Amino acid sequence: MGAGHAHKLYRHGHSPVHALPPHTKLAAVFAFVVVVVSTPREAMWAFAVYAGLLAAVAYTARVPAAFLLKRLLIEVPFVAFAVLLPFVAEGERVDVLGLSLSVSGLWGGWNVLAKGTLGVAASVLLASTTELRELLLGLQRLKLPPLLVQIASFMVRYGDVITDEMRRMRIARESRGFEARGVRHWGVLAKSAGALFIRSYERGERVHLAMVSRGYAGSMPVIDEVTASRAQWSYALALPSAALVVCLLGWTL
Amino acid sequence: MDPVSTASLEVSGLAFAYPDGHQALFGVDFSIARGERVALLGPNGAGKTTLVLHLNGILTGGTGTVTVAGLEVGRRHMAEIRRRVGIVFQDPDDQLFMPTVREDVAFGPAAAGLKGPELEERVDRALGLVGMAEFKDRPPHHLSFGQRRRVAVATVLAMEPEILVLDEPSSNLDPASRRELADILRSLDVTVLMVTHDLLYALELCPRSLILSDGVIAADGPTRDLLADDALMRAHRLELPYGFDPRSVPAAPGRS
Repeated sequence: MGAGHAHKLYRHGHSPVHALPPHTKLAAVFAFVVVVVSTPREAMWAFAVYAGLLAAVAYTARVPAAFLLKRLLIEVPFVAFAVLLPFVAEGERVDVLGLSLSVSGLWGGWNVLAKGTLGVAASVLLASTTELRELLLGLQRLKLPPLLVQIASFMVRYGDVITDEMRRMRIARESRGFEARGVRHWGVLAKSAGALFIRSYERGERVHLAMVSRGYAGSMPVIDEVTASRAQWSYALALPSAALVVCLLGWTL
Repeated sequence: MDPVSTASLEVSGLAFAYPDGHQALFGVDFSIARGERVALLGPNGAGKTTLVLHLNGILTGGTGTVTVAGLEVGRRHMAEIRRRVGIVFQDPDDQLFMPTVREDVAFGPAAAGLKGPELEERVDRALGLVGMAEFKDRPPHHLSFGQRRRVAVATVLAMEPEILVLDEPSSNLDPASRRELADILRSLDVTVLMVTHDLLYALELCPRSLILSDGVIAADGPTRDLLADDALMRAHRLELPYGFDPRSVPAAPGRS
């Protein structure tokens, strides 16, 4: 069984950002992303200011730049798409280093790249300062449909159990001399996946039995009431508010 | 109080067939007095699990009645029945479904409407009883198997049940965890029904045993006498470890 920390994205710390109630952080990140997305792409300076704002948050949270940049790698597949845009888009073309690029494609690529990176960076910051457990409490507090929150929390709880089961099945396969090589063996892997699904499904039924036995009647009891003071809200919303000012300037200038 | 209402658990004439027609129970009768520790022994497929699921009303629809401390199991008092009958399932990973030990232990009492400091106190007490108080904020999957089993017992104790029902409590435990769990179970002031194949564990902990075989109670008596009855044991596919003679050890002490 896996030991160690709750999740890999989280970075333990005691900064003011870590201390904020989870739902205020969730709301702040969501508002920030909405503001960033609605900024006109021509206002390039605005995106630089957004990046600066995030850097300030990272500094307050004492999240090192290297840590943040490494986590940003998850964005790479989307970046590839953004890089393709100038080559494939239609319309007016411009020559850069001997390559003929589409102007609207360049703008489109820039748009995806800048807004995507800022969004991912904000989410990475949220994840590295908030424990998974707290995030779920925050979502619950923000009145997300309880069923979704329950599903997410079961994923957190049983992820390791199922990975472990998968590992045992792999060891059992390999102990009997099986090694997946090429298409011919996909059938075996597919059957393993099916067996894993059935096992997980049956576990789900047993877990449900255990829940019902302890008085579960369709909704999770509230165990931890998370609350936020006015000061904490204003502290968390400082980021999207600053971003909003920048966005409005971007539209008017 | 009259003797009927002091029984923690009373099962009478319980019969049940699954929807596919397989009949698992054919009229089960027994009663367990408050504070008793009783083992329910039986071979695989004897109907032990089916019986357990009747005790808190998860399975219903057969004939016969189950009464928990004077309250009949049925639709009307389901919430109260489930609070009174604490079932500890075999696999602690099924029982511990919340992200932290604390929240898991709090689940039952919170579902019953407890909150705030009262809830916290209940959680602390239950974890204290099984010696797991310092693991309160750990996620269950980071605990050892024995620790998880103990937390599973705590999740049920937190509901202050009338009767604790344990399904194979000693399975997959190493000898030390097994002894620790036995010490915990002995220290609890609660009625215990222990469903098990582990005859030595039954002998160690339960002065009285029931043998469930082919859907009926085939024997009911002091654990040591039942285990020493070779013919009875053989008839119900129960076997002691090689070379073990139950007459060579003292019987489990009753409650003082």
